[in-house]
Amino acid sequence: MSTVTGRRDRRGVGTGAARPDGIPKVTGEFAYSSDLWEAGMLWGATLRSPHPSARIISIDTTAAVAMPGVRAVLTADDVPGRPTYGLEVPDQPVFASDVVRYVGEPIAAVAADHYDIARRAAAAIVVTYDVLDPLLDPEASLTAEPLHPDGNVFRHMVIRHGDPDAVGDPAAGDIVVEGTYEVGMQDQAPLGTESGLAKPTADGGVELRIGTQWLHVDRDQIAASLDLDPDLVQVELAGVGGAFGAREDVSLQIHLCLLAKRTGRPVKMIYGREESFLGHVHRHPARMWFRHTAKADGTLVKVEAKLLFDGGAYCSSSPAVLANATCFAGGPYKIPNAVVEGSAVRTNNPPCGAMRGFGSVQVCFGHEGQMDKLAAALGMDPVELRLKNALAPGDRLITGQRLDGAAPVAALIEAVAASPLPGEVDGPMGLPGGPGRTTQAGDVRRGVALAVGFKNLMFSEGYDDSAAAKIRLFDGVATVSTACAEVGQGFVTLVHQIVHEVLGDDIEVVLNTASTTDVGSAGSTSASRQTWMSGGAVKLAADDIKAQVDLDPDRAEYLADVVHQHTPTTPLDENGQGEPHVSFTFACHRAVVDVDPELGVLRLVDLVTSQEVGKILNPVQLLGQLEGGAAQGAGLALMEEIVLEGGHIKNPSFTDYLIPTSFDLPELRVAAIIEEPEPHLGAPFGAKGVGEAPTISSGAAVIAAIRAATGLELPRVPVRPSDIALSPDRTP
Amino acid sequence: MPVLVPETLEEACAALAARPGATLLAGGTDLMVGINAGRTRPDDVVMVGRLAELRGWVRDGDHVVLGAGVTYTECMAEPLASLSPVLAQAARSVGSPQIRNAGTLGGNLGTASPAGDGVTALVALGGTVRVRSTEGERDLDLATFVTGPRRTERRPDELIVSVRVPVADGPQEFLKLGTRNAMVIAVASVALVVEPGAVRLAMGSVGPGPVRATEAEAFAASVVDWTTGTAAAGAADEFGALAAAASRPIDDHRSSAAYRRRAIEILAKRAFLRSFSS
Amino acid sequence: MNYKLSVNGTDHTVESTWEGESLLYVLRERLGLPGAKGACEQGECGSCSVLLDGDLVCSCLVLAAAAEGRDVRTVEAVAGPEGLSDVQQAFLDAGAVQCGFCTPGLIVAVHDLLERHPQPDDLTMREELAGNLCRCTGYGRIMEAVRMAADRRAASA
Repeated sequence: MSTVTGRRDRRGVGTGAARPDGIPKVTGEFAYSSDLWEAGMLWGATLRSPHPSARIISIDTTAAVAMPGVRAVLTADDVPGRPTYGLEVPDQPVFASDVVRYVGEPIAAVAADHYDIARRAAAAIVVTYDVLDPLLDPEASLTAEPLHPDGNVFRHMVIRHGDPDAVGDPAAGDIVVEGTYEVGMQDQAPLGTESGLAKPTADGGVELRIGTQWLHVDRDQIAASLDLDPDLVQVELAGVGGAFGAREDVSLQIHLCLLAKRTGRPVKMIYGREESFLGHVHRHPARMWFRHTAKADGTLVKVEAKLLFDGGAYCSSSPAVLANATCFAGGPYKIPNAVVEGSAVRTNNPPCGAMRGFGSVQVCFGHEGQMDKLAAALGMDPVELRLKNALAPGDRLITGQRLDGAAPVAALIEAVAASPLPGEVDGPMGLPGGPGRTTQAGDVRRGVALAVGFKNLMFSEGYDDSAAAKIRLFDGVATVSTACAEVGQGFVTLVHQIVHEVLGDDIEVVLNTASTTDVGSAGSTSASRQTWMSGGAVKLAADDIKAQVDLDPDRAEYLADVVHQHTPTTPLDENGQGEPHVSFTFACHRAVVDVDPELGVLRLVDLVTSQEVGKILNPVQLLGQLEGGAAQGAGLALMEEIVLEGGHIKNPSFTDYLIPTSFDLPELRVAAIIEEPEPHLGAPFGAKGVGEAPTISSGAAVIAAIRAATGLELPRVPVRPSDIALSPDRTP
Repeated sequence: MPVLVPETLEEACAALAARPGATLLAGGTDLMVGINAGRTRPDDVVMVGRLAELRGWVRDGDHVVLGAGVTYTECMAEPLASLSPVLAQAARSVGSPQIRNAGTLGGNLGTASPAGDGVTALVALGGTVRVRSTEGERDLDLATFVTGPRRTERRPDELIVSVRVPVADGPQEFLKLGTRNAMVIAVASVALVVEPGAVRLAMGSVGPGPVRATEAEAFAASVVDWTTGTAAAGAADEFGALAAAASRPIDDHRSSAAYRRRAIEILAKRAFLRSFSS
Repeated sequence: MNYKLSVNGTDHTVESTWEGESLLYVLRERLGLPGAKGACEQGECGSCSVLLDGDLVCSCLVLAAAAEGRDVRTVEAVAGPEGLSDVQQAFLDAGAVQCGFCTPGLIVAVHDLLERHPQPDDLTMREELAGNLCRCTGYGRIMEAVRMAADRRAASA
């Protein structure tokens, strides 16, 4: 039981300031993108490919156009500008016209008077396909005929660090352990599905209100495909029902704007849950091989890894995800020698891209599995092994980059390891199966294990994006403009706290709706970057105002307009060496799992965490990130997987894609929150993003605990009950 | 898609007689999923879930008569829960409070999903289903009411009025396995109902409908010492194996047939042990 | 087809163009009450929770045209003229709100829970609220809000 409220007698940083959007959210008045309504608005619907790979022979929209209430039917022929879009590479068609490359690829969009008419009209479009054999195996993709003019390999990269040819010395007792690990495809599953409302503007442009993570990049992609000047495309943030990476790519944005322009009327679109599974990118499934070499005392000598990430049909952010996976493949340890090779490839599976943890989540299952294997081979305590190799400030990463900020890895591990263990569960409902009554106390074995992980903050490899902010102080009111997308994380609260901290508690703070019209890009709400980037921009603007006030206290109005740029990074060289990252974030988790091995059912009994956070801006929101992030990581280990069969998602619903319920999770306990103010300029008050680290090591800790309980290797996540119950290695 | 909301059972039967193809709506937990997705487009809908004649339950000697409109929430409440523990246990494993407040026994029986928890418990309980049309009422055997996946002996012009099941006279156990600890569809389930000298075992999600494990039942009846209500060590394993042998699971995205068969073996064994431990 | 709905004590006549509309859709798109949210369309997430004749249900699974004559209460009716309800206030105080999409459904569900279990223990809370999925919070602050509301009620009783 943890009660964290933070002091509220002040309004600045470090307090538990209340969310400015809290009251409308608890009363139901907060307007999400699905709640938008305009008189005379139409409903949009999308026709999608039923095949993972096919040539389109013909598209006949006659029947759909003829249906009463249908106002527009659009296909690729109706895209006036660039026919494709994409975050890193515009390789994805707005509408498929010649071939389809995954199940769910959009082919046409409809606007009609009622949503049921719209979806029936979409279904009435007759598409003739020449169905092809899909390419579904990422391994085969490397050598297969290209599925796309851009080829099948989104990125291939190698990190060679130290002596790539180093080998262990068996005579001296050096130990080598190998392991292969596999991670299934996870979905972000934000509660709010994709939705928005577009309407034409009098100047020939279009206005879109949307739930997104990155307003300006949405705008630019819309403008390119609509062949409009970007200034004629106004994108405004509507209420966002969670994101977690799912809203970084374009989904319905361009379709909606095309429909609004064509019909001259407001058009609203809401994906149902099934369409949401088809309509956004997922976490990359990964196959990973590792070989760890260590001295007899546990000191790591070398880490080798080969990583294969299935990027699905289109590029999205695959190259950046892969870079993270390779850079962090060794885990937060001192690794003198490393060879890590990574590939992200194109297949006819659903496209994959950003999700919380972004590449680090997958490899954490690998490097932490390896550390436990190594500990077992050495006869060493896994905690001791980790402590022996833990990264510390001043150490070099496998990219050669030196850690110039906080890296209290050992302290994080020690805090979690020292946390007391829970007792037996209290009553049958606390056992695996719960109300299903499958399991009694005697059926259960308990496992305890720990994992630690890390990743970069913000964008990397020279992609040094900025964040803009403006403040106008007039008559005691500070009006703040930033295009940072509030997706639930609480950035809006931090804006108030930062401005109060700089300009005083008596100032009234008004935060304008995020929009492309009155301020420059904030960059993406992803990569744990907005606290630092947009938070930093708001602080710089507030500092600017304060300096103006100090200089001339009698003016009526003060204006500040800033662009915040973080410390520059460099691309990786041909050996994967460089200074690719700005800063890092570390977390550790220990899981206690009760397993009923005969049935393979599980109960996460206890989860303890520690994290390095820079500087706490809001303790309540911090805890919310720690808890929510850990839940998503644990969910991946315990149950979350998009089940694919022949390129088809077999479980595109909340009935079958299971995310943890309140009953599946224990209360997260916090063993330590370590504050070491971030030394980089621009990190506001030394704070950094905290949202992703909790998702990295929580799942790895859970699966390690399951391994500890069962003695099984369990190389694949999520663990399915059958992986345990039907394992030939299971001891009775 | 006209929606009819009759106020009496008689009106409902008349509505059905006039539209034999009509779709019955009770709690909505099944039908609305299809309608929302655009997969189900019924011609006519007749709402029966709130009919007063279908609500509530009465004890009738050594039986309980449950109206088709009785919800899972009502099944979990005392004193009904003690009269029919297996039904209460099954009800608690269904969905969430929201689903248990809406879902009805009649709806679960009429839908006849192989994964239905209520229907699996009812089949183990045995007893009868009363159906009614403008032509009158029929009492059908619960054990054979479900004829296949989403198929029952109910005629299109009939609606389910009630079920009549025996009051518990021995141990009852419902065990349901899913891949999450709450809010989950059964990967496999067993309902075990013991009466003096007799054992009935119904299994869910391992066949086209609830599957009775008759060999396991006969074995149990023969192996249990009915004076003490206990069985020899090892009998539970055999019972589990016979149950698994009677299951007819398939592979699907929720699980494999092999795992389902194993799950039945373990669940049946455990239900037996809980019922007949010394 | 026209039908009448009683929502938050007010009678509405619904002019529907399609009888397949769920109560959730009608509340949101025809009656201007978007508090209940749609996130799964199959009763799995609880975001659309409302009270129907006093029972907590998923409004996405209620056929609106068949709800004539029944009493519907939505999240919009939770706050009174004197302000937020105790549960709403506890959600704010505990930090239980992030993206907030699940929040309206949870507010309705927690009120219902506390009516039935005024002092729920941890497992009871977690089992009773299992039908309200949240993807942001990991439920920690939500459980804290339930405890907070229950304790405050007990203290003021």
